[in-house]
Amino acid sequence: MKKNKIYTLLALLAAIGLLAFLQANRSEYSYQISILERSAIYAVVAVSMNLLTGFTGLFSLGQAGFMAIGAYVVAILTIPVENRASVYYVDGISPAIANLSCPFWLALILAGVVAAGIAALIGIPVLRLKSDYLAIATLGFSEIIRAVISAPQLNQITNGSYGLKNIPGFPNLFVAFGLCALCILVMVLLINSSYGRAFKALREDEIAAQAMGLNLFRYKQLAFVISSFFTGVGGGLLAMFMRSIDSKTFSITLTYDILLIVVLGGIGSVTGSVLGAFLVTAGREWLRFFDSPLTIGGFQVPLFRSGFRMVVFSILLMVVVLFYSRGIMGSNEFSWDGLGRLIKGIPARFRKGNAQKGDHTS
Amino acid sequence: MTNVLQMKEITMQFGGVVAVNGLSLEVNQDEIVALIGPNGAGKTTAFNCVTGIYEPTFGQVDFLGETILSNTPKGKMQKLYTGDIVPRSLPTISNTPDVITKKGIARTFQNIRLFGQLTVFDNVLIAKHMRARQNVFSATFRLNYKVEQQMREETMALLEEQKLAHLKNEIASSLPYGLQRRLEIARALATEPKLLLLDEPAAGMNPQETQDLTDFIHQIRDSYHLTIFMIEHHMDLVMQISDRIYVLDFGKLIALGTPDEVQNNERVIEAYLGVSDDAED
Repeated sequence: MKKNKIYTLLALLAAIGLLAFLQANRSEYSYQISILERSAIYAVVAVSMNLLTGFTGLFSLGQAGFMAIGAYVVAILTIPVENRASVYYVDGISPAIANLSCPFWLALILAGVVAAGIAALIGIPVLRLKSDYLAIATLGFSEIIRAVISAPQLNQITNGSYGLKNIPGFPNLFVAFGLCALCILVMVLLINSSYGRAFKALREDEIAAQAMGLNLFRYKQLAFVISSFFTGVGGGLLAMFMRSIDSKTFSITLTYDILLIVVLGGIGSVTGSVLGAFLVTAGREWLRFFDSPLTIGGFQVPLFRSGFRMVVFSILLMVVVLFYSRGIMGSNEFSWDGLGRLIKGIPARFRKGNAQKGDHTS
Repeated sequence: MTNVLQMKEITMQFGGVVAVNGLSLEVNQDEIVALIGPNGAGKTTAFNCVTGIYEPTFGQVDFLGETILSNTPKGKMQKLYTGDIVPRSLPTISNTPDVITKKGIARTFQNIRLFGQLTVFDNVLIAKHMRARQNVFSATFRLNYKVEQQMREETMALLEEQKLAHLKNEIASSLPYGLQRRLEIARALATEPKLLLLDEPAAGMNPQETQDLTDFIHQIRDSYHLTIFMIEHHMDLVMQISDRIYVLDFGKLIALGTPDEVQNNERVIEAYLGVSDDAED
């Protein structure tokens, strides 16, 4: 027990040390930093999706829409006032928001609140649906949100299809990763609280949960609103990371990216989602050499060209889903004991493999 | 003797099928009352009408003097209605199952409905959730730790009483059948009910387990001051345990009385065994 706490502390210190190192050599490692930041932000959104899909049993595909709301709230509130004229160069800026500005942390909270408020409204009709129907309805709403944001009628607020730029970034790495960690921590606390238990009961059996005195609609609505709050905050963080956004950033493919992370990490596992976020985001980058032409001994391999990376990535995904059909973590959480067992198990597995081979030959 | 549950002329019609037809019955304080009848007689439907899973087409349900459900055919149902009771105008009162549980009616299900992937302990703990004073904010930031601790202590005490304490960390779906039934009853008890509805508690049990269940039902009735209303097929159990029995056939009440009275009632014998040669003489 005590040993595990020391391990956790050491891991935490190592992470902070790594951050301090990266912070000090910011320009040198800007590529690695951007991958890590994007991973951390995706992890926040993936955990919030997991809260809904994995722990409450509501399959929603509205993530991109709520991220868009969060991102635009943060962008509108934090773009420096003096830069706004150049950002809204097409139709000018609406006087209502021209001088509206607040610090980024407040903007992030507001991003979550606005996303949660809209989720509460959408939830009233949508949460009466079940499983696939809920997914389709939320997907539809997500597209509606995107379409509304890019509508020319809203040019003076969202700058329509021209997007918003000059969004201030994170002051330093500690803020970026600290905020992501804080969001995930709060969600973990919620999942392990008595409300998290109620959500799990809902996932297991709605009728039994109701017979235990849980108001179905109220708890579904609660899970949906909380999940959307953190998705909104995640969207806001993404806006701060990307520094310029437009409505195309938040198309359906973004939702699928998040879904991919959740499925790959394991539906119902927070650590799985975090792990998945880092693996998927980094994996795309590691495979980048497939995109550049490869010549072996004067022979140019024909497949290696731009776009091949995604083919390889998809094949890898299929392999993972086929052999780890419940995701990397299943519905388990990371623990040092589990890691210890895994490491200890490796030699035994090799021995077993050899023994089996021996049997075949004899 | 106070009246705990009163069903008045409950009629439940699905489309053109009348599943429960003008059922009136009452269950008194501290009684064990059984509802029996051949398969498809409408017993579980009657239960679902009491617990708010279905809204009865016509009729009224009173619990401890308060009307918890009441309905009269409306709209399309007015034309479709084919129940025996001529519908009067009743006020529409409907409650969702969770509200009815809060009022003090707990139930178990015919095909066990546990929270399969959760532990035995969590299954019971969830039943304590609704009565705890807390909100999502206080729960997330552990400001409710006293409430949570109390819930846990109560759960542990209940599990010990029900002799399930040694299994508290087992996953509910991994328990053997008999224990799953016991756990479901324990979970229902955790909601602090005044009336317990048991839907075929002895289904799939062998004679020894059934005998144990008989003692168990008596024991929980006495130690929790419960009134028990049950559906059951095992006649040994029913005859041994019930104070009174209601017999349902094709949605209609065909007999009521003490076990002896019901056992010798011709219509009951007919419904269960068909018309015997002796009766035709």
